[in-house]
Formats: sequence, C-alpha cells, structure tokens
Amino acid sequence: MINLSLLTPEIIVLITALIVLILDLLPWRGRKVLLATVGVLGTVGALLITMGQWDLREEAFYGMVAIDNFSVYFKALFLIICTLTILLSINYITRGGIDLGEYYSLVLLATFGYMFMASGTDLITIFLALEILSLAVYILAGFMRHSPKSNESAFKYFLLGAFSSAFLLYGIANIYGVVGNTNLKDIAQYLSQEAALKNPLFLAGMGLLLVGFGFKVAIVPFHMWTPDVYEGSPTTVTAFMAVGTKAASFAAFLRVFFYTLEPLKGQWVPVLWLLAAVTIIFGNTVAIYQKNIKRMLAYSAIAHAGYILVAMVAGNDLGSSSILYYLLVYSLMNLGAFGVVIIVEKKEEENLTISDYRGLAYKHPMLSAAMSLFLLSLAGIPPTGGFVGKFYIFSAAVSGGYVGLAIIGVLGSAIALYYYLRIIVYMYMYDPEKEFLDGPVPFFSAAALVITAIGTILLGITPARILELAHYSISYLGH
Amino acid sequence: MDTSLSLFGDYQVIHNYLPILVFIIFAFAFAIGTLIFSYLVRPNKPDPEKLSPYECGIPPMMDARERFSIRFFIIAMLFLLFDVEVVFLYPWAVVYNKIGLYGFVEMMLFIAILLVGYIYAWRKGALEWE
Repeated sequence: MINLSLLTPEIIVLITALIVLILDLLPWRGRKVLLATVGVLGTVGALLITMGQWDLREEAFYGMVAIDNFSVYFKALFLIICTLTILLSINYITRGGIDLGEYYSLVLLATFGYMFMASGTDLITIFLALEILSLAVYILAGFMRHSPKSNESAFKYFLLGAFSSAFLLYGIANIYGVVGNTNLKDIAQYLSQEAALKNPLFLAGMGLLLVGFGFKVAIVPFHMWTPDVYEGSPTTVTAFMAVGTKAASFAAFLRVFFYTLEPLKGQWVPVLWLLAAVTIIFGNTVAIYQKNIKRMLAYSAIAHAGYILVAMVAGNDLGSSSILYYLLVYSLMNLGAFGVVIIVEKKEEENLTISDYRGLAYKHPMLSAAMSLFLLSLAGIPPTGGFVGKFYIFSAAVSGGYVGLAIIGVLGSAIALYYYLRIIVYMYMYDPEKEFLDGPVPFFSAAALVITAIGTILLGITPARILELAHYSISYLGH
Repeated sequence: MDTSLSLFGDYQVIHNYLPILVFIIFAFAFAIGTLIFSYLVRPNKPDPEKLSPYECGIPPMMDARERFSIRFFIIAMLFLLFDVEVVFLYPWAVVYNKIGLYGFVEMMLFIAILLVGYIYAWRKGALEWE
C-alpha cells in the first residue's frame, strides 16, 4: 500500500520549504522574519503530527518506508533540531549578510532528508534520503559566498561526501547482487539461512556500508573532513550538521546494522570495537590542541560519535536504548554550546578563538552560565543529561562484557574534561578586555538557549521517562 | 554445480547477468576487430582536410578547449532539470488510461513542485542573459 497520509509530517516539511522559497520572492521588506516564522510553524506542526504517530507501526510505499516508534522518535528529534536551528539562525544570518530565503528552505529540505533516513526501510530509500540531506547541507556549508573558508568547506564536504556516497552505493550494489533485493526485510530474511552468513560478496558489501555510514557520522578514520568543514561553514550550519546529520546517519546506521545485519554481529562488532576505541582516543586528544572553538567542538563531536559506537558494540537492551537517549542529549547540549558561539561570534570571524572568551562571565553572566552548563554536560558531569547518557552507555558496555572499551571511554571523557573546562576557566577567571556583543542577546537565540538548557538539565534529573521512550523505540525496530 | 562460479555459490542472481557480460565482450571484440581489419586492408593517404576534426562540415575556427561564460552552466542545468521532467511525462502519458485519477493527481503534484522551481529560477533572473 502507498498510504500517503502516513507521510503527513514529511509532506508538511516539504511544502513549508517550497512556501518559504516562494515567499522570499515577494517584493516586501519585512519578509525575512516571515520566512523564519513560516519555517518554525511548519516544523512545529509536523512535530505535533509526528508525536501523534507514536505506536502506529505502519508501512508506506510498499514497505519502503516504516512509521514505527524508532522513526517517530528520530523524526521528532530532527524537527526539534530544525526548529532550534531556525531560531538560532534568525539573527546570525542577518548579521552575516546571508539572510536569503534559500537558507531556511535548505534547512527544511535537509530536515526532510533526515526524516527519511530514520524511516527508510529500503537501502534505496536510505540512499535517496542521504543524497537529499547532503545536497542541501553542501550548499548551506558554502552559504557565506564571499568567505574563502566557507567555499573551501563546501567544496571539501562535497568531494568527500560524494566519495562516501559512492562507498555506500557500492555496498548497496554488492548486497543487491547477492540478495537480489534492496529491502531491509528481505535482506534480513536472506540472512536467516546459515550459508548466507559466509558469503564473501555480502561481507564486502557490509564493509562498504560501514565505511559509507562511518564517513557521515564522522568516526575515525573517516573523519578527515569534519574539522575543516565545521570550521569554515557558517556557525549555525555547523551546529545543524554536527547534530542533525550525525543523528540522521546514526538512525539509518542503527536500522541497517541492528535490525538487518544483526545475524552478522560476530563480524561487525569487533570492527566497531576498534573504531570506537580509536575515535574516542583520537577525538579527545586532538581536541586539546585546538585554538578555534569551532574546531574544538568538531573534534568533540567526533569523540561523541565514539561514545555512541561503544553503546552499539554493547548491543544489549540498555545499550541500544542509551544510543537514542544519548543522541537526544547530545543534540540539545551541542546545539546549546554552538548557540553561545553563534551569539558571541562577530562578523569577519571575530571572537572564534578560545582565548576570546576571556572574561565573558563579567559582561554576560547568563550567557556564560549557559555555556558552562552545556560544556559540563558535554564533559559528562552530573546533574546534566550528558552525565546520565554516558553513565548508561558505559554501564551497558560493562554489563555486555566490554570492560576494556568502557575503560577507554571513561579515560577519554577524563581527557575531554580538560578542554571543556579550559573554556570555563577563560570565561570566569580572567578579566574582560573588550565588549563581546554589539547589543543585547537577540531574543530568538536566547529562547533557543533557554530551551536547550532546560532540556539538558531535565534529562539529567529525570531521565527515566525518556529512556523508557528510547527503549520502546528501538525494541520495536523492524516489527 | 559449476565450479567456475564457486565464489558466488549457487546464487541465481549472478547467473542472470551472464548474458550482459557476454554482450560486453562481443561489443568490444567487434569494435576492436573492425579497427584492426580496416587498418590491414585500407589504403593510407592522409591530407590536412581529412585529419581535421569534423565540425558540421565547416572548417574548424579554433581550439575547442577555451573558457566559456558561467551563464551557460546555469542554462544547461535548467535545461537538464526540465528536460528530465518531460522524460517523466512520456511514460506517464502512455499508461495514462490505466492509472486514472490517481496518476493524474500525482503528476500534477510533480509538475507543481517543478513549477515552484521554475518560478524561483525566473524571479531570480536565471533566465536572463544580460
């Protein structure tokens, strides 16, 4: 069955993107605020409808798309990310002189792609979703047309992204060659035969899929593009892709590997073990040396992908639920931290080095308090959501028998503490040397910060409810 | 079981593509064979006219590798977009009687989305040469 009505949230996001594109053509001066308003209304509407789809467990387009709790959880997450990104962007893109209507339209289109990454149950749907979101984000990365760095970032992202898409596609082709079908359900069915598990072509396909997803979620050694792209893109776009693209790629990664390739666990778990260890160690150590705050957050984002891999390796009930939990916490705290960077940043890439945060607390106490909260959460200090997330992940690893990996993860977090706390030290223990902002903190950015801060704290204090939701989401995967 | 295909086991899918492989080999063999045969039997009398590249019959004016305006790229991209739209319209028109109202609405949605893109390109001045 086609069941078009099940895709209402996606259709709303798409139509909103088109409306924003058309509205921008109106010869009316006040239209820029209208664009953001329409964008936020569209995503919030889609979010409400998505939440109504909980426990629906339906299929659409003849089994190419699933509306199960897993996809509903992720779609809600992406719509929240999209709304917060729009709120953070309103002031930033006006200041940066890039307040074009295409900006919001592309953010919405990327979100449209994210949503299909989570709900696609066919390798072709997943690939198409990946292309939709990638094309939108390539353009967004180069949105500061007059900045050479932004152009470089878009170009690097495009080349390496195309390369990783090729890996993914080659993997899909191999699997199709063996199974004769691209549907995840049929592939799972095929793998239920004993002989299928040793097929070299299929294993090669699985390895290529792993590389393709590895590029998109930025795990070592497929991370090379991340620091340059994150540094050069407009900061709002960096926040959007550090959070959204990573979560969306993890959604597809999880669905393919946890559900379809589950019988091959013996093959991919050792690989992920190694990748997780390398990612955590590399991401955290290199982050120490960064002077630019966006680069530092890029390496921190790499390290966080490593923590999520730890939970994937553990693979037990707690492990798989904690991935979804952690992705929510990660999105909120990372958007918050980037939000502060967005507010403090000035034109011509001013205020982007870590030492620029010297004495911020004496000029903007609230902003510094929020930044400290997000950084402490990223470091995993109670009572924040970051602590609870890490706690679940590492206890899942220990109870799954991966004590070594848990130790590496905890050591990595200890290293991470240094570079997160360094910013707090700069903010609180030095005297301010300059004015940071040209005016008061913009209203919409402040609203986004308040939402993320409340979310980060709430997830740290009352995690049980969300963990339960995460558990229900992932345990229904593929049913 | 055929041992030469042991890498793939008895996976039927691979066998289905065997004719394509044979076809490719024959295509290459035919092209290379024709070239070698004509090289062996033809007389060889080159002159500048014969060696020059064919350009619609007129003598070539200059080297083809020169820089040209970026505006061509935009026009080419727009052409590609809307050309593909038309390609989709053909099979739709052929089976129109069978898919009925549903197919009609679906194609109208497709065209509506492209129309938004067209209005966008138009208003942004992508169709103006100056």
